[in-house]
Amino acid sequence: MSFKILQKRELTPDTVLMRIDAPRVARAARPGQFVIVRVSYQGERIPLTIADYDPAAGWVAIVTQGVGASTRRLNAMDEGDSLTDFAGPLGRPSEFIDLSPEELARKKFLFVAGGVGVAPVYPQVKWLHERGVAVDVIIGARSADLLILTDEMRAVCDNLYLSTDDGTAGYNGLVTGLIKELIDNRAKTYDEVVTIGPMVMMKFVARTTADYGLPTIASLNTLMVDGTGMCGACRVTVGGTIYFACVDGPEFDAHKVDFDEAMRRQTMYRDFESAADHKCKIGLDR
Amino acid sequence: MANKIARLNAREQDPAARARNFEEVSYGFTADEARLEASRCIQCKKPFCMSQCPVSIQIPQFIERVREGDFAAAAEIISRDSLLPSVCGRVCPQETQCEGACVLGIKGESVNIGKLERFVGDWSLANDIFKPTRPIPNGKKVAIVGSGPAGLACAADLAVMGYEVVIFEALHRPGGVLVYGIPEFRLPKEGVVAREISKIESLGVRIETDVVVGRTLTVDSLLAEDGFGAVFIGSGAGLPYFMCIPGENLNGVVSANEFLTRANLMGAYHPDSDTPIFSGPRTVVVGGGNVAMDAVRTARRLGSEAYIVYRRSEAELPARVEEVHHAKEEGIEFRMLCNPIEVLGDERGWVRGVKCIQMELGEPDASGRRRPVEIEGSEFEIPCETVVMALGTSPNPLIASTTEGLETNRRGCLVADEWGATSRPGVFAGGDAVTGAATVILAMGAGRKAATAINDHFDQKLFSLVTTYN
Repeated sequence: MSFKILQKRELTPDTVLMRIDAPRVARAARPGQFVIVRVSYQGERIPLTIADYDPAAGWVAIVTQGVGASTRRLNAMDEGDSLTDFAGPLGRPSEFIDLSPEELARKKFLFVAGGVGVAPVYPQVKWLHERGVAVDVIIGARSADLLILTDEMRAVCDNLYLSTDDGTAGYNGLVTGLIKELIDNRAKTYDEVVTIGPMVMMKFVARTTADYGLPTIASLNTLMVDGTGMCGACRVTVGGTIYFACVDGPEFDAHKVDFDEAMRRQTMYRDFESAADHKCKIGLDR
Repeated sequence: MANKIARLNAREQDPAARARNFEEVSYGFTADEARLEASRCIQCKKPFCMSQCPVSIQIPQFIERVREGDFAAAAEIISRDSLLPSVCGRVCPQETQCEGACVLGIKGESVNIGKLERFVGDWSLANDIFKPTRPIPNGKKVAIVGSGPAGLACAADLAVMGYEVVIFEALHRPGGVLVYGIPEFRLPKEGVVAREISKIESLGVRIETDVVVGRTLTVDSLLAEDGFGAVFIGSGAGLPYFMCIPGENLNGVVSANEFLTRANLMGAYHPDSDTPIFSGPRTVVVGGGNVAMDAVRTARRLGSEAYIVYRRSEAELPARVEEVHHAKEEGIEFRMLCNPIEVLGDERGWVRGVKCIQMELGEPDASGRRRPVEIEGSEFEIPCETVVMALGTSPNPLIASTTEGLETNRRGCLVADEWGATSRPGVFAGGDAVTGAATVILAMGAGRKAATAINDHFDQKLFSLVTTYN
């Protein structure tokens, strides 16, 4: 099998979108799922969320931020190159795809995305929008030039709200502030929130929505090796029970996730990834 | 005829040296050593060794050919029953199978059948004598899920019968537990596993990696859309158990599966590998099976002071005697009758030790082994930075949960009869996916039996078609 890079687009200086030729994965993919990618024979297995897919054309899109050696190597590849491995779709699809059209029609969704978390939000929003479901989306970043996929998102949602920490685009502040602003001052109502982004962002989004009693789903980007339930590197505690994010998730009830533990576990191999050259792009290192 | 010489054991890497490298521990026999050891076999008329072999290799016959120096003939005899002699010669628990039944073992020491099998396997790989038989294709397709021992054995037999066989492997490299689980120092990946697998590919078997059956494709879609007349599930037992004790999610606690997968499948001990592995100055491995031995010896090779913590006594260790012996030689410390009750963490959330409780053996339990009982007030701490949980594994529920009408038991194992037939017509299963974690050779045996059953299944389908037509 060869998994050819059909298209490559730089979204920011170190964030790249690629369309990969993977017909089987494209046919089976559902919103909320992820893939495991390897770029070379000695390469790591990198878990990446699915950013888009087209079963008819046979491609799957991924968005990668070059934060470590492996992801930078992936981002350095060009159109026409082939990935060594591309396995998926993995994990459980988003639960809302099992709802009946009537149930869906009654719901109003708010998606809160940060960093490359915008990528996996896109197919979920698109899926809902195609079925006529009301969807608002918040995309947050440190600064305007780090906001990604805004045009694509705008095309598939009812309202797109931007927030930047420095006020260069949209709301001036954090996504949590914007959630409060929408609900408190702009009379927006939602039935369900889905948040995908850095763990720390999801933690605070969960806190904010808990205050409003809003059911909230978070998609956890944990460490993984195989991604099929074999290794348990992705263990997370949700409501006091240990789950494997790869097979039981990646989506969980955000109000029950032990985010502090999840964040701590994410750092387990950081020394090996030379944390020194990781610059937080969404302002979380302050 | 038989002689009175002592059992010959293969030479091994010096323990102090091998505790710092990942090269194979045993050098195996030279041709002269193999012939000498083969001369010890008394060629029993009723060979008990053979009756204890899960795939019934004609052991006295192949040993006789080795004695004569006709290694090609020996290889041919083994190949009638096993396609992976270089693997099984290394990882079979011979002491409880063939060698355990050897008549010589009653008064003295059994013939070293394992090392003889390994010699023949390695000799035939080195001399490239395997001549694949490519029968006339019968036009029927079988899908195999998983490229471990069960799937490979099933695939090979079906290919020889003329079936078009496709193996779907979830990981990026074929071999299943042979690749992700068993370490290089017991079973070399390139020299042995990859070459044994390429033998099976030379029979016409196609292996597709990166296909997670249950996600990428399903058993139902293979049968309904992709033209496969039968599916064999040999997906193993890959889901690790944890102890469910406090502190188990601290940084530095990993499953043996994770630890070994990083080391073996991902080659993380190798400087060229991108995959990290962490083994602190002190590593505690919890468990007493072969996987625990593999993990503790891997930790040792990564530079850790390494301990086995096991709740029963040494007599109950489920690991092979040879593995325990090798581990001890390599400086592994065994803490028997000792059970972890908590993993202790530092202020940053990293492991700083394991709190254990001393055990004593009580009355026999359901397994027939004496049940370990806690000694009250005997808690103590073992300081360490890494804890590896090697408590066993259960089958991955993914396939059962995504296949219509596939029955499982309480332990999550697929329900199959002795020929591998599941509750679903046309779907067969064998190996660890059915039995729970067991041995390579039992999985191979189950794969071979299922191949026969799958062949019968097609015959019956044909028969019912003919009778319907008449």
